[in-house]
Formats: sequence, C-alpha cells, structure tokens
Amino acid sequence: MNDLAEIISRNESQIRDEWMRDMSNSVQRSDLISKTEIDEQCRTLLAAIVNGVRVSGTAETSGSGWNTARDYLQEISASRARQGFSPSEVATFVLSLKRPLFGAIRRDLAKNQDLLFETVWATTELLDSLALLTTDAFIAAREELISRQQQELLELSTPVVKLWDGILALPIIGTLDSARTQVVMENLLQTVVATNSKYAIIDITGVPTVDTLVAQHLLKTITAARLMGAECIISGVRPQIAQTIVHLGINLEDVITKAKLSDAFALALQRSGRTVVRQAGATTAGAPLLGSPLRKQEG
Amino acid sequence: MDRIPVLRMGSLLLITIQVDMHDKLALQLQDDVTQRISDWGSTGVLIDISSLEIVDSFIGRMLANIAAMSRVLGAETVVVGMQPAVAITLVELGMSLPGVRTALSVEAGMELLYGASFGLQSGSENERAEA
Amino acid sequence: MSEPRREVQALKNSNDVVLARQKVRQWATELRFSLVDQTKLVTAASELARNALDHGKGGRMVMEQVAYGAKFGLKLIFEDNGPGIPDIEMALKDGFTTGSGMGLGLGGSKRLVNEFSIESTPGKGTKVTVVRWK
Repeated sequence: MNDLAEIISRNESQIRDEWMRDMSNSVQRSDLISKTEIDEQCRTLLAAIVNGVRVSGTAETSGSGWNTARDYLQEISASRARQGFSPSEVATFVLSLKRPLFGAIRRDLAKNQDLLFETVWATTELLDSLALLTTDAFIAAREELISRQQQELLELSTPVVKLWDGILALPIIGTLDSARTQVVMENLLQTVVATNSKYAIIDITGVPTVDTLVAQHLLKTITAARLMGAECIISGVRPQIAQTIVHLGINLEDVITKAKLSDAFALALQRSGRTVVRQAGATTAGAPLLGSPLRKQEG
Repeated sequence: MDRIPVLRMGSLLLITIQVDMHDKLALQLQDDVTQRISDWGSTGVLIDISSLEIVDSFIGRMLANIAAMSRVLGAETVVVGMQPAVAITLVELGMSLPGVRTALSVEAGMELLYGASFGLQSGSENERAEA
Repeated sequence: MSEPRREVQALKNSNDVVLARQKVRQWATELRFSLVDQTKLVTAASELARNALDHGKGGRMVMEQVAYGAKFGLKLIFEDNGPGIPDIEMALKDGFTTGSGMGLGLGGSKRLVNEFSIESTPGKGTKVTVVRWK
C-alpha cells in the first residue's frame, strides 16, 4: 500500500486544508482549542500516518511503524477528554480525514478503478481503527479520573478524631467493604503513629449492617492496631447488630465492645490511668455565680 | 554488618534493627539475645523495629522466638515501633505474633516493662480540662 | 510494541533473598506503587524467594513489567528445580509446613498479591507466578 503513502505525501497540504475546512463545519470547538493547535495536530497526525503506512502497511495498526500515530492519538484523546470534548467529537477529528483522503485517491488513481477501490477500502478501514483507538483512549482517561475521585471520596469520608491525649475516635459512616477497609486501616494506623495514641475507638453507629465480611474487616483493623501496640474499642453497637453477631457466630472474644461512644471513651480514659473529677462546689452547670445563700453579711 | 548490636541498660537489653536482615543475621540475633540474658541476668528485652520496612514470616518467627526464649529465661520482651504498612501486611499474611507484646514507641515500651516509675514521661503532665 | 522490561535474580543463598527484596522494592518504587502495596509485594517476594531457596534448593526470580489495557503492574516468577510440592492444595492452606515454624509462605503470599498461580511437579521443580497491579 505504498501508493497510499505517496498519495498522501504528494497531496499533503491540500488534504490538510480540506480536512481543517470539513472539521470547522462539524467539530472545531474554537472555544476549547485554537486553530493553530488543530493545524499542528493535523500536520503531526498526517505525518505519523504516512510513516505508519510506509513502515507497517494499512492492514493492522499494531505494527511498530504505527507506534508514533497510536501514541499521538492517545495523547490527543486524553487531553481532549480533560478539556471537555465529547467522545464523538474526538473520533470525528480522525474520521473527517476520510473525505479529503478519498478525494486525493480518486484524483490520483482515476485511471485504475480496481486499485482505486482497494485503496479507498484500505483507507477507510485504517481510519476507522484509528478513530476507535481515540474512543478507547478517551474512555480510559475518563475512568482514571473517576477512580481518582472515588479514592479521594473514600479518604475524605473516614476522618480520625483526637478525643484526648492518646485516645482517637474513628466514626465510620456507611458500608464497610474491603476497599474502604484498606483506606480506614491505613488512615487509622498512620494517625495512631502520628499522635502516639494507644487507644482507638471505632464507632459503628453509622454502619447499616454488620455481616461476617464486615466483621472480618473490623477484626483485621483491630489486629493490625494491636500488632503496633494500640488497642481498639468498638462502640455504637446497636441491639440489632448485637443479635446479628451472635446469630452469625462471629467470635468477638478478644474485642472490647461498648454500646455508646461515651462508654468507650470513659473506658479508654480509665485504662490510660485517668479519672474525671468534679471540682469542689461545682455542679453540672459549672461554677456558681454567687456564694452560699446561708453566709452572714458582714457589717 | 555481621551482627546486630545488643545494648545493655541496667537490667534491660535494647536492640535496634535497622538493616534488611538476611536469615543468618536474624538467627545470630536470636542466639545473641539468649546468651546475653544468661550472661547479664537481664529481665527486660526491648526490640525497636521502627526502621524495618519489611517483616516477613521468617522475621516474624524470629521475633516470636526471641519473646518465647526470653520468657523461659525469665525476661519479658516488648517489640516497639512497628510501621503501619508492616502491620497491615502481617495481618494479611495471617501472622498475629501471639506471645509478643508490642508498644508504639521506645518510651511506651519502657512504661510497659517498668511502669511510669521508670522516669520517662510521654505526654503532658498537666491535663486539666476546661469543664 | 517495545520489549517489556525484564530482570532476573538468582536465588542461590540467603543474601540473594535480600537482593531480591531490594530489587522488587526498587521496581515497585519506580512504578509508583503505594507504600502499602509495595510492602505487600516485597514481603510476598521475600516469602517466595525464601521458599525457592529453602525448599526448592535454589532457583531464580524473574521480574517483568506487565500491562493490561490501561492498567499496568509487576509480575514476579519464582522457579526452582527442587523436589516439588506433592499436594498444592494442602500447601496453600494456612499453617502448612514441612519445616519448622509457622509455615505461612504460600497461603499468606497469595493474599498479598492480585494474581497467584503455581505449577509443581514432584521431582522436577516448582514455579510460582504472582502479579500485583497498580
């Protein structure tokens, strides 16, 4: 198919002009990308296509001659995905090359009908496969963005709170799957080290169901913390959860559990050798405004 | 390095593991600790693994062995400073190091062995709260 | 496509096990694996390298960078010409061991990686292949 490479080289600037013109009718998006940039991309892509055809032929785009074209298309797709183009806009960038190319082929091969047809067919197959490549690359770029956002969401939704010197609280809201457990574990353990906290209260009030899998995830976290020298207390165990745990035969013998976070906190304080003491003369409302009503007035 | 140094502080043995140990080095350490406990009559062993980035089953076994052997010889062992990534990996590996006491830091390890009377204080003394 | 990156480390003595760990750590760092994922992979490599040395009477580790679609990862192959493992299923259960100690090499390592496969012929040798995806 070296004919195709020659045809493109011979007619390069005409093909490019027509390509740019056709594009402005469908998909130029001057709000997102400048004319000079598109011109540059057209030039580079055409050169890459010529090279690909010359080195590896048109039958498949997996040959080494097509590396440059493939890489370039991936780059353009990913960047257009980020810029806000739609997938069809990106594919059309490639497909709109068909008309100018066919025009050039028809002009150059008018004398040989059979060769003309074969060349047109090979060209359309080639451009279709390159266009599909841009779609794949586009989707891959989008998926990467989504997975990054998911990761950030996971990290944001498991805050670790310092209740007191050496006592942390980790309120878990929502379901606990294995991906989330990894994030929770890493977050908790890193905070344990950073704050030198021996006690971590894992509150599961916000966890809707606790089945065997969730229990395993919790146990992993507790074991990891223990290995490091910290103790975990589970709090927020609702009556239904307690029943489920017993029904499922989950073994929580080594784990301290409390119904309320406040109970867990009191336990952690006690275990770390502290007591809460009410000041003399103070009530739950705090220090009084006046002295005793029974004291005699002087003078 | 042909041996991990075992330091003595009174009745305490202090070991800081900072290198990627090959198996012979680990076995040598086991021997050295038991020998030293016997020589000096030590009652406490503190192993600082805060620089260890990898603890596989062999090293895990070594730590458990040291703890068990020391106990037979009348000494208590505490392993301190395990890194979070190491803890997570050990749990996945299925090792919970039974019989090995752990603490977050050297200070915490000392407190565990000797109580607050050891003289090293971590955290603030003044904990009065605003009620 | 260009040749995938590949490196071989002999496993002839306990020093080689340390070298294997360090090489895997280096590749994992270059490939920007998270710290926890790196630790898991290097630990698995340590377990399997040691197995090849102790039970397999020595062998080698092959490291390869692999790709599947948009994701890429690190593949490790541990080969030895040792006695082989007669009952693979048993060996994968936690707690299985022929030597002394806790014997958690295979079953535990399997949990540290994303893909794990093992071929073994008694009398011929063993080949363990693991992959950790980024």
